[in-house]
Amino acid sequence: MIYLDNAETTPVDPEVAKIVLDYMVEHFGLPGGEFGHHLQEEATEAVEKAREIIAGKIGAEPSEIVFTSGATESNNLAIKGVAYHPSYKRGRVVTSAIEHKSVLDTALNLRRLGYQVEVLPVDSEGFVDLDRLQSVLSGSCLVSIQHANQEIGTLQDLKAIGEICREKGVLFHTDAAQSFAKESLDVKAMNIDLMSITSHLIHGPKGVGALYVREGVELLPLIEGDGRERGLRSGSQNVPAIVGFAEAVKRATPEDAAKMRKLRDRLIDRLLQVEDSKLNGPRGEKRVCHNVNVTFKYVEGEALLLQAEMQGLVCNTGSACYSQRLEPSHVITAIGGTHEDAHGSMRLSLSKMTTQEEVDAAAEILSNVVVRLRSFSPLTRRRG
Amino acid sequence: MSKPDASIQRRIGYTEKVIEHFTNPRNVGKLEDADVTAKVGSVACGDLIKLYLKIDQNTERIEKITFESYGCAANIATSSILTELAKGKTLEEARKITFKDIADELGGLPKIKMHCAVLSKTGLDAAISKYYAMKGKAKIDDTLVKLLLKGVLDPITGVDIISSKTTESISIEDHTVTIALRVDEKSPIAKELENDIREAFEGLSVSLNIVFKGSQHSTK
Repeated sequence: MIYLDNAETTPVDPEVAKIVLDYMVEHFGLPGGEFGHHLQEEATEAVEKAREIIAGKIGAEPSEIVFTSGATESNNLAIKGVAYHPSYKRGRVVTSAIEHKSVLDTALNLRRLGYQVEVLPVDSEGFVDLDRLQSVLSGSCLVSIQHANQEIGTLQDLKAIGEICREKGVLFHTDAAQSFAKESLDVKAMNIDLMSITSHLIHGPKGVGALYVREGVELLPLIEGDGRERGLRSGSQNVPAIVGFAEAVKRATPEDAAKMRKLRDRLIDRLLQVEDSKLNGPRGEKRVCHNVNVTFKYVEGEALLLQAEMQGLVCNTGSACYSQRLEPSHVITAIGGTHEDAHGSMRLSLSKMTTQEEVDAAAEILSNVVVRLRSFSPLTRRRG
Repeated sequence: MSKPDASIQRRIGYTEKVIEHFTNPRNVGKLEDADVTAKVGSVACGDLIKLYLKIDQNTERIEKITFESYGCAANIATSSILTELAKGKTLEEARKITFKDIADELGGLPKIKMHCAVLSKTGLDAAISKYYAMKGKAKIDDTLVKLLLKGVLDPITGVDIISSKTTESISIEDHTVTIALRVDEKSPIAKELENDIREAFEGLSVSLNIVFKGSQHSTK
């Protein structure tokens, strides 16, 4: 099997899994208690060490890392936590049209509570217009704009957005789930106030993530109870997963990213050799290192995906036919793509484990499936 | 690790037979000597088929039937099984095939894919009605014209030009069908639409009069 759906989830690194198991079976304590016993102390040390490693990766202080169950929870906590907090006086919330559903739906639900919510459009490559952003900042309390897009890989200019927001005194949250530990992130240099990250996209365990909360930013917690995680996220910490998360972060290197970038470009080049195909999202440095998204005209994504899967290639599609709701990808439509563009869009996402042989074989399989399905598509031939 | 085929059956609810017809569709491709063709569905929905029928003039039996498909696995499988069911039947017999027959023959379809069976059935009906009209056995009336125009899609939205209200009016006088479209004559899609409409009426002895009445957005 060739697995190219790493933007969905990644396999856990076996070395990470060993450590996770160790913290499940041997060092099974939970941080807590004023003085505690030695198992609690062990757990506290492990969690604090993990906090340090993760903070170090993004230029934050360890105390600014709040562990959560993943990026979805982090996004919810960041947006609702700010919106509901009395300090921010129910100001406007600004986001973009191509955010992950955990940001977009959270923001849109605020509308039902009477908040003003501004959803910024994006251009044909998925970039937010900074002038447009600038124009809606007055009266806003929070801007939530992602780093890397989950479908088309567009990397927003966080530094520029952060600068604009800081200048106007508006909090800036970014969902960095897709880019964390792959692209370089520095919360101080980028003026980021809140940042969501997750473990399962970088070969760590599922069900754990974090929210970076800049010192001084006030949030209303969503989950209350024992006051763990600075009171922002009560409940027993998932110690094994947190330790595994940190281990996965330690193991992610800039060399891995460089390798993915090379293979990504190779895969893009090969897929674009197929007639009537086009890349969704930008090329080069403004695209996250592991993402490829190509639309093949005249064919439908579910058929493509299933035929590819039967030949051993696992990837993803933005086709409506492959969703329970029969809705095309909101990202492809936001960049101005037609429904047809969404139907024929295929996302192939790499990991540090992906090899050149796999990339070449994937391109071969997908190209063949496209040609085969087109051989009996009524749309293929354009009358002159 | 579970086998992809078995997993596809479980998660989408496709039967073994659906997957078999999707993997090895019968009667695919263009039929050069077709007596009648019909295109139904829409690109917007990701669901479009074109049927080609070769019919014995005397017995009205379907000698050959093929299809082209732009769609999901269910679209391909339902079209494939439809051609198998219709082949060798007379037009009257073929007309009695229901969308349920198509689904049943495949061992069932997931609920959200049932519309694919309906689409294949609609395509067959359109082809048969068009054939009767071509042979002078049925009148070219409003119903038939609308049926044919439902197979013509707006090139931008992919929605058929009846549902999208691109068609402003239809009038039929003797052997002239006048179709007024809410499209500007100079619009880039005008020519493409005209070609598609002419293709939909191919084989029918009518003269087509296509009138472009400006963009539907230009006037309030």
